[in-house]
Amino acid sequence: MQFAKFLLSRLFSYLLVVWISITIVFFVPRFIPGNPVEAMLGKLMSQGTTMDPVLVETMRKTMTQMFGLEGTLWEQYSAFLKRVFLTLDFGPSLSYYPTPVSLLIARSLPWSIGLMLTALLISWCLGNFIGLLAGYYNRKTSSKVIETTAMVIYPIPYYILALLLNILFAYVWPIFPFVFQVSGEPGSWPWMKSVAYNSFLPLMAIVTVSLGWWIISMKAMAIDTKEEDFVQYARYRGVKDNKVMFGYVARTAVLPQITVLGLSLGGVFGGSLITEILFGYPGVGTLVYKAILGTDYNLIMGTISISIVAVATATLILDIVYPFIDPRIRYK
Amino acid sequence: MRLIKPRLVIGIIIVGIFLVMGLIMPLFAPEDPTAWNTYFRNMPPSGEHYMGTNNLGQDIFWLLTWSIRNSLWIGLSVAGLATLIGVIVGLLSGFVGGFTDRFLTLVMDTVIAVPSLPILILMSSLLGGQTSLVIIAGVLVFFNWPWPGRQARAMSLSLREREFINVAQASGEGTLKIVIVEILPFVLGWALANFINTILVAISAESGLAIIGLSSLKDATLGTMIYWAMQHQALLLEKWLWILSPIFSIMLLFIGLFLVSTGWSDYFATRRGRQ
Repeated sequence: MQFAKFLLSRLFSYLLVVWISITIVFFVPRFIPGNPVEAMLGKLMSQGTTMDPVLVETMRKTMTQMFGLEGTLWEQYSAFLKRVFLTLDFGPSLSYYPTPVSLLIARSLPWSIGLMLTALLISWCLGNFIGLLAGYYNRKTSSKVIETTAMVIYPIPYYILALLLNILFAYVWPIFPFVFQVSGEPGSWPWMKSVAYNSFLPLMAIVTVSLGWWIISMKAMAIDTKEEDFVQYARYRGVKDNKVMFGYVARTAVLPQITVLGLSLGGVFGGSLITEILFGYPGVGTLVYKAILGTDYNLIMGTISISIVAVATATLILDIVYPFIDPRIRYK
Repeated sequence: MRLIKPRLVIGIIIVGIFLVMGLIMPLFAPEDPTAWNTYFRNMPPSGEHYMGTNNLGQDIFWLLTWSIRNSLWIGLSVAGLATLIGVIVGLLSGFVGGFTDRFLTLVMDTVIAVPSLPILILMSSLLGGQTSLVIIAGVLVFFNWPWPGRQARAMSLSLREREFINVAQASGEGTLKIVIVEILPFVLGWALANFINTILVAISAESGLAIIGLSSLKDATLGTMIYWAMQHQALLLEKWLWILSPIFSIMLLFIGLFLVSTGWSDYFATRRGRQ
């Protein structure tokens, strides 16, 4: 019963956050001076062709409809909500006309998820492992060296490291490609090798910076847990160091790390967005960028809304799974 | 004195250097560094141009100082405003309790959960190139005030129960006065760590936007400097100083800020006996 209450309240916050975010996304373009329809028409007309005024009117009408700008504010808002939550239809993309926005997003999202998941997995596991060792053996100099290195790496924003890696390893010493170019049949082995080769640098950028955080926090947790009574007792009993470290300290210390993982999702997403753009990685990031460059209104709205919902959903899933991992929460 | 760890000292030194470079040195700049063709183009570093000039005819060194200044202004103003709002709201929320507290907590948790970068991207992309730094700063304040808010609220909740508060209340002090006079000094120490962290977050956000071309492009910040360098093929032309100096500045500045932030919270916690 406790869990059901928790689940309900968590779902409520989730829906609240998503609703408010989508509402903000809805209102931002309407507070910006200027009319996207007129802007688009202006762009088309400035491209040299003279247009029949009736044609312009019809275009204006179709565009207003496509942009969802028809009707009163309330009508637009309810139509928008319906679109986002029920049909996920954001209309056709203007720069890739007539491909629907949802299709473009569906194609890019797996790339982004793949990159972030791999990066998070590697950095979380590796970072926690190193942090555990550094925390358990925290009197050794190697522990202090590790901590200092982590402290130097952690504050660097993802995209700065991405830029640096790009400059160093794709330009100065051209080991990796400067432009993202995957070859081969999707699904085949050469294709996978090509994907790995091209994705290595963006992956490294995200992994390295995230490592810093996991090392520092796990080290602190491990040090604190080491002082706990049950760990001290185990050591006095003569349980081997390895067993104490992995079986006792690690299991307790890792739990808050999972919560922190949830909190970090928003930040990692933002950072990876810019990293993708810098490397030309075919994920949601570059899609957003192309949308901005082409003032593709529908695509911009679609990608931003989907990103927000994706991050909120991921956090929700993590929050719900957590009580299953930490038994103490269950019995509270 | 022995409580002050080397970490804090190194951090303060680094940040100090940047403060000097950003706040004092720009006053000595000979011309407006953002203007084009002020000097001969593509000159190598020399006694007259410490880092040389770029192919727009700007002196790289002075451009860097102006960029640091603008980035620091963004960071300081966002952090200052956000921490101020956050601390006030958090303290009041924790102290007053009841429905106000629950409502404000919900507000804070929701704002924290909304990812700020997509919305910033949305806003800047729709404003075209007209996004001003003030607007970006405003939005950043909106997204960042709950962090110090939550912390201030937690402190307020725990301090509320202490004896000296009850004494003050019993002697008839008003709620607001109690909050300001009694609780605030405890909170300020932690608020400082949050303040410095927010500087980091704010500069990082603005630079992130600038690198993809979504900030106020006519202003010189560390991010826009990188953007313009990339736009003008700084890599192909091997103008390393132009593109690498802002990158390394950001890295160093952030490391310095981080060291000060953690060093200070360590020092403060030890002084107060690890509360």
